[in-house]
Amino acid sequence: MAENLTSIDFAGLFTADNIVFCLLSAVILVCGFMSVASTKILRAATYLFFTLFAVAGLYLTLNYEFIAAVQLSVYAGGILVLLIFAIMLVKNLGTDTETTSYVNKTIAGIAALAGAVFAFITMSKYRFISNEEANDASEMIDMEMIGQTLMGTDKYQYLLAFEAVSILLLACIVGSIVVATKSKED
Amino acid sequence: MEAFASISHIILALPFLMFIFLGLCGNKLFKSNPNVAGWIGTAGLSVVAIVSYYIAIQYFWFEGKGSDSYQQFVLFNYEWLKMTDNLVISIGFMLDPISAMMLVVISTVSLMVHIYSLGYMHGEEGFQRYYAVLSLFTFAMMGLVVATNIFQMYIFWELVGVSSFLLISFYFIKPSAVAAAKKAFIVTRFADMFFLVGILILSYYTNTFDFLKLTAVSDGHATLVNNTMCGMTFMGLSVTSIAMFLIFLGGAGKSAMFPFHIWLPDAMEGPTPASALIHAATMVVAGVFLVARMFPVYFFEAHDVLTIIGYIGAFTSLFAAIIACTQTDIKRVLAFSTISQIAYMFVALAVSGYASEHEECLGYTASMWHLFTHAMFKACLFLGAGCIIHAVHSNEMNAMGNLRKFMPIAHITFLVSCLAIAGILPFSGFFSKDEILVAAFEHDKVLYACQAFVAGLTAFYMFRLYFRIFWYSENPAHEHHTPHEAPMNMNIPLIVLSVFTCFTWLDKVFPFFPEKITADRVGYELETNWTIAIASILVAVVGIAIAWVLYKVKNDKPDMIAGKVKCLYISASHRFYIDEIYLFITRKIIFGGICVAIAWFDRHIIDGFMNLLAWISRELSYDIRDVQSGNVQQYAMGFLLGVLAIALFAIYY
Amino acid sequence: MIPVEAYLVVSTLLFFIGVYGFFVRKNLIGILMAVELILNAVNINFVVFNRFLYPDHLEGYMYSLFVIVVAAAETAIAISIIINVYRKLSNIRVDSINELKN
Repeated sequence: MAENLTSIDFAGLFTADNIVFCLLSAVILVCGFMSVASTKILRAATYLFFTLFAVAGLYLTLNYEFIAAVQLSVYAGGILVLLIFAIMLVKNLGTDTETTSYVNKTIAGIAALAGAVFAFITMSKYRFISNEEANDASEMIDMEMIGQTLMGTDKYQYLLAFEAVSILLLACIVGSIVVATKSKED
Repeated sequence: MEAFASISHIILALPFLMFIFLGLCGNKLFKSNPNVAGWIGTAGLSVVAIVSYYIAIQYFWFEGKGSDSYQQFVLFNYEWLKMTDNLVISIGFMLDPISAMMLVVISTVSLMVHIYSLGYMHGEEGFQRYYAVLSLFTFAMMGLVVATNIFQMYIFWELVGVSSFLLISFYFIKPSAVAAAKKAFIVTRFADMFFLVGILILSYYTNTFDFLKLTAVSDGHATLVNNTMCGMTFMGLSVTSIAMFLIFLGGAGKSAMFPFHIWLPDAMEGPTPASALIHAATMVVAGVFLVARMFPVYFFEAHDVLTIIGYIGAFTSLFAAIIACTQTDIKRVLAFSTISQIAYMFVALAVSGYASEHEECLGYTASMWHLFTHAMFKACLFLGAGCIIHAVHSNEMNAMGNLRKFMPIAHITFLVSCLAIAGILPFSGFFSKDEILVAAFEHDKVLYACQAFVAGLTAFYMFRLYFRIFWYSENPAHEHHTPHEAPMNMNIPLIVLSVFTCFTWLDKVFPFFPEKITADRVGYELETNWTIAIASILVAVVGIAIAWVLYKVKNDKPDMIAGKVKCLYISASHRFYIDEIYLFITRKIIFGGICVAIAWFDRHIIDGFMNLLAWISRELSYDIRDVQSGNVQQYAMGFLLGVLAIALFAIYY
Repeated sequence: MIPVEAYLVVSTLLFFIGVYGFFVRKNLIGILMAVELILNAVNINFVVFNRFLYPDHLEGYMYSLFVIVVAAAETAIAISIIINVYRKLSNIRVDSINELKN
């Protein structure tokens, strides 16, 4: 180990890749935590927006542009706007704050921490594929391949899932309209 | 026989369908005009009666005659419940001399009662229900007498019990009627329990319910019973005797033998025509019929039981006759008279032999013959009593007197029936009773003396009844409300039945049943023993003469005599306190003593255990009910911990 | 090049932050946002494993795509339910809908 430590190239740590990754990770974790810990719900939504944005950045570091774009447009652009609309519709902003007891917070924190510790211990017990063994991860994926994967019917192609999801979406649209419509008695 | 087999279905099916139809639809369909229900019931029963007569005539004169004895036909026999190879319960139709005779008795009396009730029950609430239950009763009684096996008999036995219950409690808004119905049902059910145990013991050893197999006789033995049960003992008693005695107890319950007689007088709470049909003519003789049906087994394999039956019968007939002398309710008098007469039939069976040669089985013949004649004249008496009650609106003798002027038809028919039951020469009762006395005389002098005395008592109390109703003194109440003759549809049955009662003096001209009904089914020529006949007529005449002196006109002699034997008189008028003894045993000893302990055990041990279980589960539920809080975050916490636990287990175990 | 473990650490932490949020939030919309965090953490894992193990195929990629779509649908439904709850109870606190009936 000592040998390994001495052989670490400290200058090599500060590559652009690493710096970008660390920044994104910090934004994800800090804003993620703030979005669950903030007492004001609109602020929480804002923090969530930063988290989602940073996750999109993480996808970009892996050279997955399309999914990063989807993340931005669907999550940051769609879902979040929907959430903010809901907040606007149902809340008296600023007056209604979170009231969770410290006991509850402690219990929840311990449970979450226990889960995380368990996950880390499990991870540390297994060796993951190293970068050298991995295939070249920097390769771009062209849109044609994505399109064919999404629309093809061969092996590793997902037309059926695509159609199922589209039906699901349709059902959700109809369902949410039905649920949210005011009934005549109200 | 094929023609028989097909039309014999009618006898069982028609009353049953009638019951279903009238019971289910009667109230709806005939709401405005209930009489239609009565006419339909009567019409249906007429068909049954015609078929029964046809079958009986065909059987006795043509089809039934075998080479040396009457044959036993099984017209049909359907397997109804097949439990195992041996335990099969069939529903069938057996035709032999006694069942053919019973068909005639039941259908005649039932038809007469149906016609009579059209007038008697007119305008009563529940008229349709009454006819429905009458049909049920007819169905059940027919099924009982034609049973091919003892279990079928038991099933129909219970069905007649049910219809008896339903008819006694016909006026179910009267508490006394409800109490009487319960009493009748409970007492007979109690006796039927012994019957069932007896059936089970018998069929456990013989592996069959079938009457044909059980009563088959060869070489002076009931073969099957002898082969399977001979020599077996239980606590020093022969198993056969125990089984047959238990079966007799069932019959004793239905036929109101001492000590099960207590239900019959109370059963008079029912409508009078129903009493005539069920509690005088047909159902109550089911016990006699049962013993007659099993007679070969009793005679050859359990003769000791037969002797016991004889003494129980003799005691009951004496006992009931004494009570009948003191009752003032005319239906009660008739009820005790019925008990006494049925006991006569049991005595006759007990003193009978088996073979027809030398008139050995005279008792059997006489018993069945008395059953027939008694059904006719007792039904006639009951229906006559119904007419009288209809006219004066009371059951009590004191409300009657001098009715002969107002009701000539009832008077004449009642007199004929009284003469018959008293055993006066030209009427049917004379012949049947005389044969019983002859059989008793030849077999057992003690029984003969007892029965002869009872014959005198019978004549006395029947004519006491007759004089009190139709002679005695003018009743002041009648000046305000003049009793009137009953309508024709009530009088016709009276006339028909009294003609039947005069029947036997025609018997040389029109040989109906007696010589053909014998234990071994071999017919023979009946001779009248004139010595005993004249003696019994003399006894009866003495009884009538005493009644004449005491009750022809109002006088103080009856009270004087009652005062002389005050103790006997009071206890007899209280029916010798048997009901009170029953009440003491049930209320004080069973309810007050044993049941208190059982109730304590039930309440504290059994209930306590159940309460403990309930308490434990309630406390547990209170403890764990917070788990189901409805709070989704709490559920999620449980979910997470569960997932962690499963993952831990899956990865590290 | 960033090692796989680094991504996994980030996604694990994000996942349990979401779980924590799910537990402590009293506001239904807050809970919904916590669920979005959890879904994002899962998406990161899918994408990362796809990139490092099977860059030639797009299985994880497609999966996360579908997860995003389903998340959108789920949010739409959830918000319509929340609005209904708000109409009935005039608030959207999670502990006020523990009746288990009506």
